[in-house]
Amino acid sequence: MAALEMTTPDAAGNRPPKFSTKNVNVFYGEKQALFDVELDIVENQVTSLIGPSGCGKSTYLRCLNRMNDVVEECRVDGSILLDGHNIYDRSVDVVQLRAEVGMVFQKPNPFPKSIFDNVAYGPRIHGLTSNRAELVELVESSLIRAGLYEEVKDRLDNPGTSLSGGQQQRLCIARAIAVQPEVILMDEPCSALDPIATARIEELIDELRENFTIIIVTHSMQQAARVSQRTAFFHLGKLVEVGDTEMIFTTPQDQRTQDYITGRFG
Amino acid sequence: MPLSILIAVLLTASAFAFYLGRGRAVAVAGGHVRNLHSLPSHYGAYVALWCALPAFGILAFWLVVEPAAIESFVVAGLPPEAANLPPDRLALLLNDIRNLADRGLVAGSGDQTVMAGAEHYLSLQRLGSTALTVIAIVLAMAGVAVGWRFVSPELRARNSVERTITAILVASSTIAIFTTIGIVLSLLFEAARFFNTVPVTEFLFGLEWSPQTAIREDQVGASGKFGAVPIFAGTMLISAIAMTVAVPIGLLSAIYMAEYAAPRVRSVIKPLLEILAGIPTVVYGFFAALTVAPFLRDNGSLLGLDVASESALAAGLVMGIMIVPFVSSISDDVITAVPKSLREGSLGLGATKSETIKKVVLPAALPGIVGGILLAVSRAIGETMIVVMAAGLAANLTANPLQAVTTVTVQIVTLLVGDQEFDSPKTLAAFALGLTLFCVTLVLNVYALFIVRKYREKYD
Repeated sequence: MAALEMTTPDAAGNRPPKFSTKNVNVFYGEKQALFDVELDIVENQVTSLIGPSGCGKSTYLRCLNRMNDVVEECRVDGSILLDGHNIYDRSVDVVQLRAEVGMVFQKPNPFPKSIFDNVAYGPRIHGLTSNRAELVELVESSLIRAGLYEEVKDRLDNPGTSLSGGQQQRLCIARAIAVQPEVILMDEPCSALDPIATARIEELIDELRENFTIIIVTHSMQQAARVSQRTAFFHLGKLVEVGDTEMIFTTPQDQRTQDYITGRFG
Repeated sequence: MPLSILIAVLLTASAFAFYLGRGRAVAVAGGHVRNLHSLPSHYGAYVALWCALPAFGILAFWLVVEPAAIESFVVAGLPPEAANLPPDRLALLLNDIRNLADRGLVAGSGDQTVMAGAEHYLSLQRLGSTALTVIAIVLAMAGVAVGWRFVSPELRARNSVERTITAILVASSTIAIFTTIGIVLSLLFEAARFFNTVPVTEFLFGLEWSPQTAIREDQVGASGKFGAVPIFAGTMLISAIAMTVAVPIGLLSAIYMAEYAAPRVRSVIKPLLEILAGIPTVVYGFFAALTVAPFLRDNGSLLGLDVASESALAAGLVMGIMIVPFVSSISDDVITAVPKSLREGSLGLGATKSETIKKVVLPAALPGIVGGILLAVSRAIGETMIVVMAAGLAANLTANPLQAVTTVTVQIVTLLVGDQEFDSPKTLAAFALGLTLFCVTLVLNVYALFIVRKYREKYD
């Protein structure tokens, strides 16, 4: 089912979608978690996935870099095209895919290594640099782009776990950037952080939008409204509604979306 | 009354006291349990404790002092010429009296003094036993009466009962601690006696071990050399061989079980590996002596190697297999305890499974794994049965695993097996060896636990 025709800009000059997913069904054993999700992700935008717990938004996110492969008994059906290529095609190398589609997790998870080695981890396993000087430069530029460099430049040898929660999460973002991906998936990246650290990360997400396509799962509707250009609302495994963030939060088409964003359930 | 029956009677009395106390509590409350400070069963337990504790206290006290008390009375009752004997002769005489009394009095067996002493001894024992029974039962009754009178709606029975139970728990744990302290002290004192005859420096740094000492002045060929270096070297050699076997096998199987094995495979392999830990060491011992050692000797001679029939290699290999489940089970635990988020973080960056294990999981689990390995080392050092059967007795100072060596534990066994005199340096050397071994394993264990704890603090 690999659809191979290259996507080109349409007549209106809109850019082709980075991700194009059709008929995505996900099963955990007998239980179906996602039903026929059809969603396009636009390049260099922030797309937020919202919805009540257990609605399948994280499951959908984890399909996009095949992290669901790790979960036993998980089966993914349908077509998920990244730049027009099906990522579930046999010829796709998962390692290569994950280098292109990076991920930041709910809880900051720095490796038990130094700050420098945390960021250098990805470049090293993918052989992105040919000598120490290049590696140092890449690590520093990643830390700078993640807005962490000024705080840690004098202690790059300290363990990553010695940082505060917000700093750890920015370290994880720097780690993801260092692999030079095209897409960054964020699974509730601020849910373990205090409001100040959250504001710092949201600012960062907005800056990163220039160079990366970002998809963020969030429980906070204010956060979705603040950082994203497009919003998709999931409910009970189905994609209910997707559109410009402003439209979703002001004039939702679906009653369920209306109920959710006004806090009537969820 | 025999002791077992007395204990049964006291327990029954306590049970009755419980019901009495509970009934009394309900009665003083006028049937309204809400008026009581505590639940009726607390009052029951309160009276039962009053019944049991003093009686069992006197019982325990009597059991401790009885032998000494009876002995002193018997000595006092002996005719003057016997009572004034030198202490060691007197001890012998008392021993005769005790033996005769225990076997039952047979007329005409032994001399007059012993007969009379034994009779005295028996009568004292009967008197003591009767007195004990009476006193214990009276105390139990008195306890019930006191407790019963104390029961009132204001009595804080629950608090008293819980305090008493805490005290009993504390006492139980102190018994274990004091036993350990006692063992260490006895090791210390006997070792000190050994070091009176053999200097510490000779023991710790001497290169020759031949503990046969002369029993008679004119005996030849048994001078007694107590240099412990060869046997500690033997212990280290065998432990090193064992760890060379156990660490790779244990660690790799742990990685397989924790990271690669499907749940079903894991549920079969893990218990199977733990069966290894359940095999009695003596079985490993004869496996080493009867199967592995001859196998090594035969194949060694095929290769032109001179392998002793009892070699360090045979003992070390089998001991290594024995320790595998230790290493694998602890490593498996710590590897599984590495948070899933770390694995996902690494996989999410495009690392393969093996890269993730090598670069993230193992470094994170390393402190715990090292702790587990140290515990396994101390187990290897203290292991006795395998080396007794397979390693030999010759105290060779060698690093060649094909020769026979001996270990600290083997020497302790050989020094103490059979009839021994407990004042010769030969036997006392066992205590010195035991003390040194204890110190080494203690340091290893403390260090291992320290590392494991440090690791736990990081991820829990």
